[in-house]
Amino acid sequence: MSSAMLELILEATLDTLYMVGISGLIAAALGLPLGVLLYVTRPGQILAQPSTHHVLGMITNIGRSIPFIILLVALIPVTRMLVGTSIGTSAASVPLTIAAIPFVARLVEGALNEVPPGLVEAAQSMGATPYQIITKVLLPEARGGIITGLTITVVTLVSYSAMAGAVGGGGLGDLGIRYGYHRYNPTIMLITVVILVVMVQGFQSLGDTLVRKSDHK
Amino acid sequence: MITLDNVSKTYGSGSQAIHALKPTNLHVPQGAIHGVIGLSGAGKSTLIRCVNLLERPTTGRVFVDGQELTALDAKALNQARHRVGMIFQHFNLLSSRTVFANVALPLELMGVAKREIRDRVQPLLDLTGLSDKVDKYPAELSGGQKQRVAIARALASRPKVLLCDEATSALDPQTTASILELLQDINRKLGLTILLITHEMEVVKTICHKVGLISAGELVEEADVGDFFTAPSTRLGRDFLNAFLELEPPQALVDRLEAQAGPSTHPVVRLTFAGDAVATPLVSRLARDCGVDVSILEAKVESIQDRTLGLMIAELIGSPEKTREALDYLESHDLQVEVLGHVQRDA
Repeated sequence: MSSAMLELILEATLDTLYMVGISGLIAAALGLPLGVLLYVTRPGQILAQPSTHHVLGMITNIGRSIPFIILLVALIPVTRMLVGTSIGTSAASVPLTIAAIPFVARLVEGALNEVPPGLVEAAQSMGATPYQIITKVLLPEARGGIITGLTITVVTLVSYSAMAGAVGGGGLGDLGIRYGYHRYNPTIMLITVVILVVMVQGFQSLGDTLVRKSDHK
Repeated sequence: MITLDNVSKTYGSGSQAIHALKPTNLHVPQGAIHGVIGLSGAGKSTLIRCVNLLERPTTGRVFVDGQELTALDAKALNQARHRVGMIFQHFNLLSSRTVFANVALPLELMGVAKREIRDRVQPLLDLTGLSDKVDKYPAELSGGQKQRVAIARALASRPKVLLCDEATSALDPQTTASILELLQDINRKLGLTILLITHEMEVVKTICHKVGLISAGELVEEADVGDFFTAPSTRLGRDFLNAFLELEPPQALVDRLEAQAGPSTHPVVRLTFAGDAVATPLVSRLARDCGVDVSILEAKVESIQDRTLGLMIAELIGSPEKTREALDYLESHDLQVEVLGHVQRDA
């Protein structure tokens, strides 16, 4: 294989990591508080606000129900506004992030739901404020579940980034389609798939390790 | 120290309303260990959760240490809760925190400085016998050790009152005994007022000074523990006591019992001796003075804190006039006589 080809593969790999990294980070930063809000505003919860919960839940569901490929196209104007272009890895990160936020939020909400209600009650009996309950009880106790959720998100982002790449985003998916499929180069196709597999395995083991370390149950 | 003034709790409204707690008055003086006993669903959990307003009462006022908790806003209530510790049936420890960090939690919530937290947590771990478990996680501890951590945690904010919500119900008898001993120790050493709810008579018998009996959301009986165990005034109280003492007539006898006395029957009685009667040789006197033979079917002696309680199920064998006389004799002494029924004289 030519060195130009290797360089292309390396570049595509870094592009994928960039897209997954940036969208994963932003989605975690925004999805986590959204997930917490979804949970604490539930009826009967520490900041129960059924109407807020309802609206947030609806927005989240809408975000999650739009097929990614449609979101990708529909968000082009927004992407242009945010990054100035609709082509390239930065541009592709916008729909990836938008798609991942509600995904993270629901997974975080689910992780918080696993925290035994008795712990919240115990904290309340100690005079904890809602903010203290979130930061000292809910988030630490749900840490394992949240990390699991973030790992699932990152793995999903790896495969979604391949799709985003195909519509002009770059990365391994783009490489695989252009060289592997359009130019009928099975070697390239195989290499991109192998790299993606290795990447997913790597993220998954990293996530599992972190969960194991944070879990004292 | 704790006063409930006409406190009630109703869930739902209209025809769907469930009266978990009917208007209830309760007073627990400073330094007392007060028990509330009842069956599942009787409202005891609701009652104790109304004290620190985990459950907001529908009516009535709650006072702790002279302060009306029901009149406080959220912020002041959180402050007031620092003076009311609580422990739970399932311990409710944070699995992500070590023993030390669990005990430190209430202090962190109060904004106590790190160094002071260390100074305050260590003596609590010593008091509860956890000095060698400082860095362990709850998952590495036994049930009894977990409850000790929970007790240390509840004491960290130096409360005036400790609420125990079925604190020993998930523990085996030996562990229960050791936890009760610890609670008693704390009560004596720190002068802490304890309100506990339980369905176990053993708990009440071992550490409570006074006890309330709750049924269908209502406190139906309140008494000193000694009185409650020797002479409960309600039917439910007697049921609890009999179940606890396991003094029920044998089934073979129950099958033969007749409600009405006949010309050729003997009364079967349950005798409860308390106070001076325990020391009196009543059975031999019955035989001698009334000419009635006593066939003891079951008997036991139980010590309730500083009192002794004797129980006996016996058949009084003699002519109707003699047994009548014997019953009168028994009733004239300081003991309770309950005629369970009558059995036909053996042929």
